[in-house]
Amino acid sequence: MSILVLVEHAEGRPDRLSLEALTVAGSLREPVEAVVIGRWSTELAGGLSGRGIGVVHVVDDPRLAAFAPAARAAAVVQLAAARSASTILAAGSDRGNEVMAHVGAKLDLPMAANVTEVLGGDPLRLVRQRWAGSLLEEATLDAPTKLLTIAPHAVAAADPAPGAAPAVETFSPDLTENDLRVAVARRLEPDRSGVSLADARVVVGGGRGVGSSEAFAELEELAGLLGAAVGVSRVVTSQGWRPHSMQIGQTGMRIAPDLYIACGISGAIQHIVGARAAKRILAINTDAEAPIMSVADYAVIGDLHQVVPAISAEVRRVTGR
Amino acid sequence: MNILVCVKRVPATGGTIVLTADSQDIDTRFLGFTISPHEECAVEEAVRIVEAQGGSATVLTLGPDVASEQLRDAMAIGIDNAVLLQTDGSDWDAYATAGAITDAIRTLETEAGAFDLILFGNEAADTGDFQVGIRVATALGRPVVSGIKGITAAGGQVEARREAAGGGWEVFDLAMPAVLGVKEGLNLPRYPSVPGRLRARKKEIRTIVPTRRAGGPAKDRLRLPEGTESQVEVIGQGPGAAPAIVELFQKLGVLGR
Amino acid sequence: MTVPDRARVVVIGAGIVGSSMVYHLARLGWRDIVLLEKGMLPNPGGSTGHASNFIFLTDHSKEMTAFTLESANQYRELGVYDETGGIEVARTPERMAELNRRIASSHSWGIDGTRLLTPQEVKEMVPFIDESVILGGFYTPEVGIVDSLQAGTLMRQKAQEMGALTVAGSVEVTGIDVEDGHVRRIHTTDGTVEAETVVIACGVWSPRIAKMAGASIPLTPAVHQMIDIGPVPMFENTTREVGYPIVRDMDTNMYERQHGTGFEIGSYAHRAILMVPDDIPSIEASALSPTMLPFTQEDFDPQLEDALELFPEIVGDESVGVKLAINGLLSLTPDGNPIIGETPEVKGLWSAAAIWIKEAPGIAKTIAEWMTTGEPEIDPHGSDIARFYDHHKTAQHIAARTTEGYNKTYGIVHPQEQWASNRPIKLSPAYERQKALGAEFFEAAGWERPYWYNANKPLIEEFGDAVMPRTEEWESRWWSPIINAEHLAMRDRVGLVDLSAFVIFDVTGPGACDYLERLCVNRVDVPVGRTVYTPLLNGSGGILADLTIMRLGRDLFRVVTGGGMGMRDKKIFTDALPADGSAQLHDATNQWTTFGLWGPRARDVLSAVTSDDVSHTGFPFLTSRTVDIDGVRTLASRISYVGELGWEIYVPIEQGLRVWDALWEAGTAHRLAPVGIGTYAVTARLEKGYRAHGAELELDFNLVEAGMARPTVKDTDFVGRAAYLRQRESAPAALLCTLTVDDPTSKSGAKRYMLGREPIVTRDGAPLTDAKGRRSYVTSAGSGPSVGKHLLMAYLPPDQAVEGNQLAVEYFGELYPVTVAVAGSRPLFDPENARIRS
Repeated sequence: MSILVLVEHAEGRPDRLSLEALTVAGSLREPVEAVVIGRWSTELAGGLSGRGIGVVHVVDDPRLAAFAPAARAAAVVQLAAARSASTILAAGSDRGNEVMAHVGAKLDLPMAANVTEVLGGDPLRLVRQRWAGSLLEEATLDAPTKLLTIAPHAVAAADPAPGAAPAVETFSPDLTENDLRVAVARRLEPDRSGVSLADARVVVGGGRGVGSSEAFAELEELAGLLGAAVGVSRVVTSQGWRPHSMQIGQTGMRIAPDLYIACGISGAIQHIVGARAAKRILAINTDAEAPIMSVADYAVIGDLHQVVPAISAEVRRVTGR
Repeated sequence: MNILVCVKRVPATGGTIVLTADSQDIDTRFLGFTISPHEECAVEEAVRIVEAQGGSATVLTLGPDVASEQLRDAMAIGIDNAVLLQTDGSDWDAYATAGAITDAIRTLETEAGAFDLILFGNEAADTGDFQVGIRVATALGRPVVSGIKGITAAGGQVEARREAAGGGWEVFDLAMPAVLGVKEGLNLPRYPSVPGRLRARKKEIRTIVPTRRAGGPAKDRLRLPEGTESQVEVIGQGPGAAPAIVELFQKLGVLGR
Repeated sequence: MTVPDRARVVVIGAGIVGSSMVYHLARLGWRDIVLLEKGMLPNPGGSTGHASNFIFLTDHSKEMTAFTLESANQYRELGVYDETGGIEVARTPERMAELNRRIASSHSWGIDGTRLLTPQEVKEMVPFIDESVILGGFYTPEVGIVDSLQAGTLMRQKAQEMGALTVAGSVEVTGIDVEDGHVRRIHTTDGTVEAETVVIACGVWSPRIAKMAGASIPLTPAVHQMIDIGPVPMFENTTREVGYPIVRDMDTNMYERQHGTGFEIGSYAHRAILMVPDDIPSIEASALSPTMLPFTQEDFDPQLEDALELFPEIVGDESVGVKLAINGLLSLTPDGNPIIGETPEVKGLWSAAAIWIKEAPGIAKTIAEWMTTGEPEIDPHGSDIARFYDHHKTAQHIAARTTEGYNKTYGIVHPQEQWASNRPIKLSPAYERQKALGAEFFEAAGWERPYWYNANKPLIEEFGDAVMPRTEEWESRWWSPIINAEHLAMRDRVGLVDLSAFVIFDVTGPGACDYLERLCVNRVDVPVGRTVYTPLLNGSGGILADLTIMRLGRDLFRVVTGGGMGMRDKKIFTDALPADGSAQLHDATNQWTTFGLWGPRARDVLSAVTSDDVSHTGFPFLTSRTVDIDGVRTLASRISYVGELGWEIYVPIEQGLRVWDALWEAGTAHRLAPVGIGTYAVTARLEKGYRAHGAELELDFNLVEAGMARPTVKDTDFVGRAAYLRQRESAPAALLCTLTVDDPTSKSGAKRYMLGREPIVTRDGAPLTDAKGRRSYVTSAGSGPSVGKHLLMAYLPPDQAVEGNQLAVEYFGELYPVTVAVAGSRPLFDPENARIRS
């Protein structure tokens, strides 16, 4: 019996969320094995050393070069059967959840998404997220193979311990036409310019308090001065002031900048879950008791239409930009 | 083109979630309900496709009688037919839900032919299981892909786009009949018009009593996460706070140069 | 933030009411005002934040219209009033008649620009209306929309600029300490404030806050549905927030208004959806705000059809979406009026609740004046929190009456309209007898009072046309010619009237006499056994109340007042009790029932059931004494409100039935008729020119104007004496007159009878305005069967208050000729009062 962890990686580095999943797997007192889809490299071997993995199963099949969720799931299912895995874990990322849902569908077994804690026992007791983490569910999973994804940032990825690199075995799955029929056929390049919301170090966010499409110019000016991206709350997109691609929140983008400047944002759950990973939050709001204040580190109480231009002016004065 | 949209009725929460005394549910006594946001976009997309290409769109939900409110919301913006998989209002896990929806689709398709496209939300706003659409597609033997924010359906093929991790788009081609899990941002859903509301009010809703499959995860109880409240430091009031803010920017090293 | 330790006054709630309160208090010189608000400013999350903010000026109630006009002026001064005009449209002939009646009310209260519009004229003003659906409209050019949140902000700013106000936001009140019946301090989530004066301006939460102090504010939160649709193509180029008049679709209980590029539709047509204040969700747990609850679509669907019918171009536009739909909470009260004033339970604790945007600044000004000097400019008696009896404060009563009243928000409400729910509450001991006599019961102060008795139907034949029969449905509603027949039977023979609704206080103690002398205009220090009728004034000489006082002993007085204002009068008396405890007040209302026995044969009936001396010399007018009736010791008082010989007989309540039966039996020989309140309070009173509180007697009139000034003024000081003396020295601005309707025939040929509150105008229709700016209007109206005329009372400017002067009354869009029959208080019937003194 073992725990099989699906490890995602890019450019030779294991994905941070997969390392978190490995950390959870390591706490379960069963041998941990990993499955890696794609090219194995010494770099990747290094990245997975000291993470408590006994064996890494490398599935390097050219048919899997383009992301094909059902085919990945087929590989995982076959490997898990071969290794008599008691549990299959993946990161609660978009892809992790998607592949694990396919695994569940193929095995006709339940799957618990975005687990924050595995409490143990059989049936397995666990805690998982609802409402994007605003609510927790304590649940029991009764299945011959436990299928879980681990919620992002539910645990910190453990630092690698000194130790041997995991053994590497290759695995060749048996893939059908049906498994392969849905795959990334092509990619389109980003069509937007400016700073990407996902990568920005500073994000200037606007909510209902901005008041109109035109008034976003004030926020955009400040963002321009700071090299920041502009994000918005859901009300802004549903009002049609800005496109959904700028939306931060449960049903929009999750951001993790060094500083998030929330202007005229009350702080509904829907929005806060998308901005929670920001290192610092500065709220500019007329209302000192808005919910945003409960997650903000700094606040300016005032009308954003006065405060934001004043900050822009001050930035100009100080930097000479 | 015939399209089925599967939606979920979820409460519209405020800044705080309040639980019932037995911690089994959200206290929804004073909350409204809505179609889960991703699925609002699915409904809008189905209406747009049928408006452009003809055919018909059906909305389906699994829930108690009151969930017909969400079916009517969908019909108010232009969905033609509605199906309620009627429950007693208790939680149905994703495993049981997928089974019931699969059964219902088989029944509906036996009667009136296959749906070319079945749309799900990527995940429900409340339970966030990320799997019902994939399970249904697998059971029906149809291609499926999740996270979709762009759809072009024509000539028996659907081109589905989703955002790629590093920016840009991943594009999938699926042969119809196909299943898609869509995300908010796919479109900007319209508001229902008053005539739409009034038409929806008079439309019939087909009710099917589903069979519940055992075997899914069992909810023991709900709880709120530990407070992560920060201690907010009020830097100032009004525009006079600007110098202090810029000092803060410098301290945090976000002013650049 | 931390709240100050101490305040001169704490106002709780920073909606439009609380914000207006702090401004007016500051303006009147109050300092150290603390405003507590649990929500966030400028929109704290109460009803102000989702109000539709429009102001229609006319109400049939003088008091409510006065509050509204004052409020509109204040909003104008603040620069937040957008005068859009407003149209109330009619879909039915009944509503068109009602709109005519509303025109009349607007004239009574001095709103002159109002006029009726044809459907085509409505269409010209509101081009998107389907005029084929309506019969016409009632247009008021000064109707407007206010920015109530901005108004609140400005009011608070002004108070802060005066250095009078500290605003503490996000502070929730957790407790109120009361010591010795007086409020002492407020506990909050951010500390404790010592304060001897506290104003509850918490809207739908007011009952919860009042309860912390042991007081009661009987209102319930209730849902008012509204939706906002848009964007409307034809509004897209408008620069104004509102470019078209606001429309009230009265027959469907709805209103519609432009809202920028949107169109707002609100409804009072759906079922009453009530809430318990404690159930209102917190700010954090609310999706929008605590008072914007989730929309219940099925309740609104029928209204959508109505809106679609009236505004097909907008509402029927497939491109116009429903952008917002809420169940907004507002406050409802059992009688529909606001709840203002110091609570009877706790001194220093004031209520400013159940107040809508349209009346808030005016009411706040009134309360502030009341708190400062006790003398508000607008008489607030209809809104006075002290008006409630205990049964009014029960959850059951509040729920029943607000449920019944909700759909009357835009209703055609008859001036005499009776409530149907939660009855009967209080029963006279003779109730079953009265029921058997076919009594038509009207409710007063919770009591079931016979208004007339159907058993008296045969009297109609006896008196023929003298009963002044009515043909129009409106005036026949809540009325019967039997009333006039009972009136005539009483004048001819004798009538028995149930007066159980009287409110009775016994005042005792060595200081009782001095205490009452300080309150009453007329001398109370009279020989034991005498009865005194007296008004009560406020400090500026406005008329506060009128009542009778019987001196039953050296240190024992019995005060008798009407049920309608009984609890308010009780507060006036209680508040004035001497601090040294030398006088006590005991509410004896529930111990006594009262029967009136009046008519030429009253003495015959009474002497048949008692061996006590009831002769004119043995029992003179305006005296009281015990009389034993059929073994029951009663207190009889020789007095009359109907202008006939007779007595009020006070009976221990448990023996009331026995005395009723005894009088009834003795009356048979004299053809005694049971007589209802329709005679007692209206017809007989008007023939005698007796004034009634709330009609002729209000704070904005004085005794000289009311024709009630006596030749001399007592030497001892009493409340309002100085002002009263001044009033007596100058010519009155108006004089109360009795007018007769010369010809009640309308253009249609039907005879029409005014019911009260109609404007008195010249024969040409020009309004009469007195030197104080008050319009002349009918204070009371009713039949005068014994004088053969329909009678009206009205205050007229002195040059018009001339007997024989020919004027007119406006009624349902027509003018009817009237003549001043009496200028002053001389009775029209039996001017010498020979009957009373027989």
